[in-house]
Amino acid sequence: MQALTNRSKVVSKKEMTFVEKLYLPAIFGGLMITVSHFFRKKPTIKYPEQKREIAGVFRGQHVLKRDEIGAERCTACGLCAVACPAEAITMTAAERQPGEEGLYREEKYAAKYEINMLRCIFCGDCEEACPKEAIFLTDRIVQADYKRNIFVYGKDLLVEPKDNPIDLSKRQTPEVKEFKHHTEYQHNQTFDKKQKIKAGGH
Amino acid sequence: MVLTPIIFKIILVLCVFGITLLVATYSTYAERKIAAFLQDRIGPDRAGPFGILQPLADAVKMFMKEEMIPTVSNKWLFILGPALALLTACMTGVVIPWGKSLIIGGHEYSLQITDLNIGILYLFGVVSLGVYGIMIGGWASNNKYSLLGGIRASSQMISYEVAMGLSIIALVMTTGTLSLKDIAAAQHGGHWNFFIQPLGCLIFIICAFAETNRAPFDLAECETELIGGYHTEYSSMKLGFFLFAEYINMFISSAVIATFYFGGYNMPFVGRFVHDPNWLAVLGIVFMFAKISFGIFFFMWVRWTIPRFRYDQLMNLGWKVLIPLSILNIVVTGVFMMRHEIMAYFVK
Amino acid sequence: MITTYLFYFLSFLAIMFGLMVVLSKNPIHSVLYLVLTFFAIAGHYVLLNAQFLAAVHIIVYAGAIMVLFLFVIMLLNLNKETEPHKSLWLKASAAVASGSLLIVFVGALKNATNIPATNVANPNVGLIENLGKVLFSDFLLPFEVASILLLGAMVGAVMLGKKSIK
Repeated sequence: MQALTNRSKVVSKKEMTFVEKLYLPAIFGGLMITVSHFFRKKPTIKYPEQKREIAGVFRGQHVLKRDEIGAERCTACGLCAVACPAEAITMTAAERQPGEEGLYREEKYAAKYEINMLRCIFCGDCEEACPKEAIFLTDRIVQADYKRNIFVYGKDLLVEPKDNPIDLSKRQTPEVKEFKHHTEYQHNQTFDKKQKIKAGGH
Repeated sequence: MVLTPIIFKIILVLCVFGITLLVATYSTYAERKIAAFLQDRIGPDRAGPFGILQPLADAVKMFMKEEMIPTVSNKWLFILGPALALLTACMTGVVIPWGKSLIIGGHEYSLQITDLNIGILYLFGVVSLGVYGIMIGGWASNNKYSLLGGIRASSQMISYEVAMGLSIIALVMTTGTLSLKDIAAAQHGGHWNFFIQPLGCLIFIICAFAETNRAPFDLAECETELIGGYHTEYSSMKLGFFLFAEYINMFISSAVIATFYFGGYNMPFVGRFVHDPNWLAVLGIVFMFAKISFGIFFFMWVRWTIPRFRYDQLMNLGWKVLIPLSILNIVVTGVFMMRHEIMAYFVK
Repeated sequence: MITTYLFYFLSFLAIMFGLMVVLSKNPIHSVLYLVLTFFAIAGHYVLLNAQFLAAVHIIVYAGAIMVLFLFVIMLLNLNKETEPHKSLWLKASAAVASGSLLIVFVGALKNATNIPATNVANPNVGLIENLGKVLFSDFLLPFEVASILLLGAMVGAVMLGKKSIK
């Protein structure tokens, strides 16, 4: 059989020479190998202080985005739950009451939105399925914990904090950014423009 | 004034004991650090800067852990085992000359706790008793793995003691004394016994590895075959005693190797620049500890390089290689020492 | 004065541990008591200015031979259950034999009331140099004969250890 690489070595069971039988040169050689590693640069990353660089498109803990005035984008359409191969997402929809326009962007919103982080496989299908650009996976890592029920993340953990918007610019491909300019689609319209269209329509 | 030598001796005993324990404590840290560095890792670095407080954390852990004595074990012997191991380990430090004499107020104070005229025999006696701790511990655990570990340890130590004793006989022939102080003093000025007895030194070092149950001779506790060997059933500080005894043995072995073959407290070239005897003595201690540190490093270096022996290989090496070699060494040494007489006999 | 007290103390220890060797049921305990007996006897050697003999006694008996004893007993796993039952006849004959040995000893030592200490005057008599000189000059023949005896024993042990002799 032809060798695939030239790295393979044929094992020979020849009688050892006297020098080999002494073993001392071999032992000395081994000691030299290990001591050469002693002075080598260590590849260790001291985790909490030092972090390994992760890719911009890393798929970690989810976020439910708010729009530019701080209203939740999610409209509880359920497409993410349908798309989820691990069936990790559940939600309950509710109707927006008058006066809540600053809280919820659409007329319908998710009163309850839960992702089971133990089931989630971080495939990103929910992000793909979302028509409202409401759910994204971020570069945050889901924290470890001791109990199972802690891993069912509700809206308190998922929705983006108002004062601390989560940067997703690395995740957004040029196609997405381009698509955002198409203001003829309702979900790309800003809040002000929506109000204008509404007012103009009536 | 009569009491001063006694007080000095007491202080010396306490110092040697304290330093022995301290070195053993920090050997655990050194072992982990050196193992890590040889394997491209960093090792413990969380407790204090560079993990320097790690031994303290380990000690606290050891003390706090639950004390377990198996109900089927022989309770007294179970406790006696680790105690004996630590006792015999600590006893060997008595005859080692840590440095030259200090001269304080016109009196000379030796830095050796006691200079026995049979120092080497004392060392051997204590070392040969060291196996009892392991054997008793292994047997009293009433566990087949512990028993196997204890039995392995005892047969290994008996086998290698023979080669060790024979290699030392050649050294005693050249130095002509059994006192460690005289052996150390005779190596003054770079006349290290290593250059006179290289083969004996090699055999002695190999046997020292076997006697301390260190890799590649750690068959008594080899994890892959015997779980933990003789300390499988031990927990808490009793386990700590066994581990401590191993590190103290390593420290003492390094000290003995340094004294026998590498000049002890003697240092090259320093005598030309420093003339004050007290400073020389202090520098001698520093050099002694530098040699010991290298010895300990060598022990660890070998442990993380060379794989463990198989049991039959161990016995073959001990009985069929080292003992004939050491007998040959004795014969060659004797012939060399008597060369003039032999030449005179043949030439006439 | 202190040596006298030490002598009595060590003798007491030696006899007590010797009795414990015989009386303890567990063979492992017997072996450990025997080791302690050896220590007491080594102490006697030191009192007689025979440091070399004391050290060698510890190394050879306590350090090597008793370890082998312990080794064998541990391997055989002897305990109370496996102890063979001895018949009354055997016990009686053992008692008679040991009793007559005792009578012989008492008879032999009855007249030796005061054994003079031979070497108290010279504290260096037990040192290794003097011992070596005596062994290789005055007692050369017994020394060599003893070594031949040991060699013979060793050869015999090797022959016994061989699986088959062709």
